[in-house]
Amino acid sequence: MNIKWSLLVIFFVIVTVLTGCDPLMVLDPKGPQAQTQANVIWLSIAVMSVITIIVCAFLVFVLVKYRDSKLPKDYEPPYIEGNHLVESIIVGVPILIVLFFSVVTIITNNKVEATPEKYKGQDPLVIYASSSDWKWHFSYPENDIETVNYLYVPTNRPLEFKLYSFGPITSFWVPQLGGQKYAMADMVTTLHLAADEEGEMMGRNANFSGKGFAENMFHVEAMSQAEFDDWVKEVKDTAEPLTEAKFNELLQPGYTGQLTFTGTHLSFSPAPEHHHGSKDSNEDVNDEYMEHDHGSSNESAHNYE
Amino acid sequence: MGYFAKFAVPHPSPAIYASMIAIVVTVFLIIFGLTYFKKWIYLWSEWITTVDHKKIGTMYLIAALLMLFRGGVDALMMRAQTAVPDNKLLDSQHYNEVFSAHGVIMIIFMAMPYIMAFMNIVVPLQIGARDVAFPRLNAVSFWLFFMGAMLFNISFVIGGSPDAGWTSYFPLADNEFSPSVGTNYYMIAIQIAGIGTLMTGINFITTILRMRAPGMTLMRMPMFTWSAFVTSIIIIFAFPVLTIALLMGTMDRLFETKFFAMTDGGMDMLWANLFWVWGHPEVYILILPAFGIFSEIIPTFSRRNIYGYKSMVISMVVISLYSFFVWTHHFFTMGQTAYVNSIFSITTMVIAVPTGIKIFNWLLTMWKGRIRFTVPMLYSIAFIPLFTIGGVTGVMLAMSAADYQYHNTMFLVAHFHNVIIPGVAFAVLAGSTYYWPKIFGFMLNERIGKWAFWFLTIGFSLAFFPMYITGLDGQARRMYTYSEASGYGLLNFVSFIGAAFMAISFVLIVYTIYYSIRHSPRHVGGDPWDARSLEWATHNPVPEYNFAIIPQVDSREPFWDAKYKRYELFKGDYKKIHMPNNSGVPFIMSALFFVFGFALVFSMWILAVISLIGIFICMAHRSFEIDHGHYISVEEIKETEVKMGGNHK
Repeated sequence: MNIKWSLLVIFFVIVTVLTGCDPLMVLDPKGPQAQTQANVIWLSIAVMSVITIIVCAFLVFVLVKYRDSKLPKDYEPPYIEGNHLVESIIVGVPILIVLFFSVVTIITNNKVEATPEKYKGQDPLVIYASSSDWKWHFSYPENDIETVNYLYVPTNRPLEFKLYSFGPITSFWVPQLGGQKYAMADMVTTLHLAADEEGEMMGRNANFSGKGFAENMFHVEAMSQAEFDDWVKEVKDTAEPLTEAKFNELLQPGYTGQLTFTGTHLSFSPAPEHHHGSKDSNEDVNDEYMEHDHGSSNESAHNYE
Repeated sequence: MGYFAKFAVPHPSPAIYASMIAIVVTVFLIIFGLTYFKKWIYLWSEWITTVDHKKIGTMYLIAALLMLFRGGVDALMMRAQTAVPDNKLLDSQHYNEVFSAHGVIMIIFMAMPYIMAFMNIVVPLQIGARDVAFPRLNAVSFWLFFMGAMLFNISFVIGGSPDAGWTSYFPLADNEFSPSVGTNYYMIAIQIAGIGTLMTGINFITTILRMRAPGMTLMRMPMFTWSAFVTSIIIIFAFPVLTIALLMGTMDRLFETKFFAMTDGGMDMLWANLFWVWGHPEVYILILPAFGIFSEIIPTFSRRNIYGYKSMVISMVVISLYSFFVWTHHFFTMGQTAYVNSIFSITTMVIAVPTGIKIFNWLLTMWKGRIRFTVPMLYSIAFIPLFTIGGVTGVMLAMSAADYQYHNTMFLVAHFHNVIIPGVAFAVLAGSTYYWPKIFGFMLNERIGKWAFWFLTIGFSLAFFPMYITGLDGQARRMYTYSEASGYGLLNFVSFIGAAFMAISFVLIVYTIYYSIRHSPRHVGGDPWDARSLEWATHNPVPEYNFAIIPQVDSREPFWDAKYKRYELFKGDYKKIHMPNNSGVPFIMSALFFVFGFALVFSMWILAVISLIGIFICMAHRSFEIDHGHYISVEEIKETEVKMGGNHK
């Protein structure tokens, strides 16, 4: 038992020291959605710790009190079928906890699936984030520019990411702005985020997508609206236009650094925005475009091999 | 040479060449050994053709230990690669192959057969039966599993390993992004093993419903039998989904169908759904029998009856039901609405209630008991707090808003290892120690076993608790490396040390077995642990017919009553016993399945057709065969009983 306790102590010391150094990314939110999620995480850690401690305390109590070596020789354990009161408690209390968390989960789900409350009413900045093996393409239709592997966003304005993929399922994740969501080939998913603070952040694909997955990261920078506007202006003045040929070249599997273009690929290769079973009237048109996209990615896989 | 080029490994490395040599040497040594010691006939007549549930269970056990070694080596390679930032030990492709193999092997080819081993060995004994309902089908189940496992395992030396993860999500798993035959192996090997599992489910439901000893009502069944029963029901409902999903995946890969394709109306999300409609119940297929094992061990070493028998049974049934209503929590991030996520979030959290009941019932079983710290009991005790942590982190993951942050991270990896290792791995290790005398007739050494236990528990804590932290710090799972600037280095190194501890523990477990074979006293009697349920009412090791006289049951713990309350368990005289005959057909048919699978992997159609015809001939043979089994005479029974030192009459 002594060894066990000293090891536990050592372990907790290690954990506290390590966690004390730097705030963990997910628990160091820079936007309202990440803040909501961090709150849920802290709340659940707190409640769950209490449960774990109760279980451990009861276990230790039982082990200390009813160990064979500590008991009188003639002690014979009783036959106990069960007890309705005890069983009601061990059913009832967890049910109450689950009820509480059910309410929490419903409220927070609706929060993270909508425009952040404090920025409601503002016109969101829509950014199309699409992935190809192994990079991210960010199209800003409002500003008519496109970047690869880096993302600049204005603070204090709701951001609406439209996610899709030119290949395997990927997952768009900027931990400090909020949780992730899948980008897939046959539908567009929407992720509502916003940045409260300026600063640099890590963004990545969190869903395994093959050989280049580990490096499939992007750089995120949140800046004031004024700085953002300056950057857009600068891009418009200096960057090359994105041509279809150039874009198809980019879709080929491989790695690239950060790239900047004027115009977006949405003009010649729109997002697969027909939801299955939805009443999209342009379905046929979109399907044609999809065929086109996959034709090119097929080709690229072939080239790669 | 052109024809054989397709069998070459697409991404060879020194480790793979070394494995090839090791495999060839091992096969040679086995063949040489069998020939030298003249054991071919023994092997064929006693093991390969056997239909005895105990021998089949033993073979499951050995296969599971071998697969534990393979999966464990994979795990060590992964932890070694990620021990330090920017490590060059494995490249990305190899790392992907290693973690894919690790997942498949540990779940499908280690945990499943380990659970099947205990179901086979223990269930017929616990219900006082002479074998399972369909002994030959049982042999088919084992050999299909075994051939599936072998087919999967040769992938890394012939043609290349699967590299799309154990979940094998499409479109990544499609030909376009996974051009090697590795994913063909995945689809077909799991299919073959899965058919075997499905048959096991059918077999055990029938066995438990139809073959219980007189007087054993459903509510008098031992806990492990209950868990095997509930698990079999889940198997029957869940595995057909996997069968169909794998079939669709195979068609997509071999015949260019478009079920999960990105074009022509295919839907990659469909695979994820089908996979987890099977995959989540699969988790309970593993954990419920593990709960059953703990529910046998804890009462025995607390010298008390299980607390709240009825609530234990009800909670298992509720868990089995709910296991089918939660699959979407594996992809909260797939773009469903908040409404859908909320529903699955709540159904998932609800599962914590019956699981919590079980935890408290185990605690209350120990309460007022007389606790002996044997190796099986140590595992069961450590299971409770560790599994609780795994469980509560599961509730955390169930809250879908927060799951957006945990999903695909090391936090998730920590969580599911935190339930599977203390849950399933501890259970099967506890179970192997507990039932070892039942299977082999001697005890495992307790002292070395305790060392192994401490190494495993400490190693587990060191390996997996840091992952909760790195996950919250943004480390995604399945990354073959990370930069130094990320700051994940230190904690990943701690994980590596933990993995090394776990490896030492595995070595110690093997050493315990070796040491005990050499030094443990034989003739431990029928009941070395002072246990409570029927499987201990017969000899160790168990004679072919299990019980010379079928026991009569009139309570939940008939054997305990027989020992301490003068209850008469075996009434009547010896009668001749009807037993099934051995058969080589299950092995031959499964071997043909192996050939069929191999042919499909490499699209060798002629070979595939020939072996398929062979499979049908084996089935036809069974239909026309007249086999009434054989009888063991009263003299033989008497002789065996005297030799075993038992005298039930």
